[in-house]
Amino acid sequence: MNKEYNYAFLDEGSKREIRRCTLKAVAIPGYQVPFGSRELPIGRGWGTGGIQLTLSLIGPDDVLKVIDQGSDESVNAVNIKKFVGLCTDVPTTTKTGDATLIQTRHRIPEIPLRNDQILILQVPIPEPLRVVEPKEEVTKKMHAEKDYAPIWLQLYESLIKYGKVTISSEYPCMVEGRYIMNPSPIPKFDNPKLHQSECLYLFGAGREKKIYAIPPHTEVVSLAFDDVPFEKEHFEGKRCRLCGSTDTYLDEMFDSATGQRYYQCSDTSYCKEVRERGREVRTV
Amino acid sequence: MAYVAVSGGREAIEASIRLLDYYRSGTEKDVELEAIQEKLSLLVDRVMGEAGLYAKEYAALALKQCEGSVEEAVFLLRAYRSTLTRDYYTTVTDTKNMRVVRRISAAFKDIEGGQILGATYDYTHRLIHFDRREEDAAALAQAVQGELEAQTPEPVTPCPRVSDALKQEGLIDTYEPDDTQPWDVTEHMLEFPATRSARLQTMARSDTGYISGLAYSVLRCFGGVHPTVGELRTGYVELCVPYLFDEQQEICIGEVLMTEVENFIEADDKDQLKLAVGYGAVFGRNENKAIAMAVIDHELELGGEYPTQDEEFVLMHGDSLEMNGFISHLKLPHYVTFQSKLDAVRKTRGQKHE
Repeated sequence: MNKEYNYAFLDEGSKREIRRCTLKAVAIPGYQVPFGSRELPIGRGWGTGGIQLTLSLIGPDDVLKVIDQGSDESVNAVNIKKFVGLCTDVPTTTKTGDATLIQTRHRIPEIPLRNDQILILQVPIPEPLRVVEPKEEVTKKMHAEKDYAPIWLQLYESLIKYGKVTISSEYPCMVEGRYIMNPSPIPKFDNPKLHQSECLYLFGAGREKKIYAIPPHTEVVSLAFDDVPFEKEHFEGKRCRLCGSTDTYLDEMFDSATGQRYYQCSDTSYCKEVRERGREVRTV
Repeated sequence: MAYVAVSGGREAIEASIRLLDYYRSGTEKDVELEAIQEKLSLLVDRVMGEAGLYAKEYAALALKQCEGSVEEAVFLLRAYRSTLTRDYYTTVTDTKNMRVVRRISAAFKDIEGGQILGATYDYTHRLIHFDRREEDAAALAQAVQGELEAQTPEPVTPCPRVSDALKQEGLIDTYEPDDTQPWDVTEHMLEFPATRSARLQTMARSDTGYISGLAYSVLRCFGGVHPTVGELRTGYVELCVPYLFDEQQEICIGEVLMTEVENFIEADDKDQLKLAVGYGAVFGRNENKAIAMAVIDHELELGGEYPTQDEEFVLMHGDSLEMNGFISHLKLPHYVTFQSKLDAVRKTRGQKHE
């Protein structure tokens, strides 16, 4: 641990303030709580909202897991782990089940999380209405008045134009029938995991200075019309080339040498566990 | 096979950081901190201003650490700032008491307190002095120091503003002093409509290039009218904090070098005209930024359809850390989201429209 800096980098007053905002976010699921986002030694837009949440919560008893796009080994995940390690000495893990705090970018792990775990998501643009209204002053009012017509209209227009709702990731959801929320750029595949979960989901947007939360057992419904149900990404007929899973989110890969296209689990830790289990079964 | 899931991230990052030393090492000659701090002072000023941290030595160190990149140096200072407990807020500083080193007015030839041209590159010919390749730095420093010491210091007298006289004449609106606590954008999220204090603080910290470009767009008629620099003053102001045991008293903790600008602009006043004022203030001698800030301050006050008159547009996109952070994040892997986009694109192509 680098003794020249505070435990968990930020000064205690800042961490306390972030925790207060987090409590407010938990109390009003899906509502974006503004906070005095601090600058970190990591790029703004590189997960500083998530890191501030992690830093404000982390203590010596925690075990941290950081993933980026589902991967523990991805450069940004490694970098964040290195930074938190530098100022806390908290052990890290790649095993989802062993972690108390999991910080993630763009994915929710495949294994369902437990009540004693917190998943911290990094958020680039927290405002789900930003795509239809660029001004914060206006979107704030829209939330207050629950005026969500423009976003429904956007869904409808996409349906008319393409015959499908074409929003890919960052698919908006309604939280507890009150606030429309941006689940961060997770694929639609992960949206259902937010609904009635066991764990606490925290969302941190450092650059945009917002914190929001989905506490356990919260209603989270991806926006859809009665006659056009919500649709996830499809991977029919495809399987992970490493572990053989057919029920996970798959990354598409391209072998430049052979020109062959194949698929692989985006959640690398899950993929590894499946393979290990398979090996155990074989050896027994 | 290329770049699969970017595993081995740790080794790659470490090697990359080692490679930075290659670029940073360059030559066996060191750039001494003192030299950066004292000889690249305009660069140091800019970094301190955009970082919102007046610490010359740290700014110099930051610049040394990052091959002289302004945005990286600002980044380093800002991150360091986050670790510091904020113990005090300074009391209100009246820039009338500035120890002025430069003061000019483009509005009046003769101003109370006098114009002081001071140091400026404005009237230099921008010719590279090739003889400075081999300069005797010690001799130069000694000569300048000697010249300075031979002079008798003048006492600092409060210097009125050019705008004071125009206010007395009723051409510029006067306001009651407003002692509301400023909205500190480093402690709170900026909210809209923003208070003027939040607006000014945000602009004072914003990227110099950004604010200059915006102001230039105003001058080129994407905005109001051509302003006149009523006054530009550069100098040292003392900063004080309340005395712990007696709030009525204050203790001076040091001084900062700053530049302050007031622009005058013609404005409607019912069926006649008046003069409006735009205000800018920055750390150090970053004059153009102060002027640009004063231009934008007035545009925001005015409101309207141009980008520079839109508060959210101006204030949300000029922070060096935020803009560079978000732009650079585009280099991060986006495999999952791009996969999702591919899925959405393919789905629309795989079916017939009705």
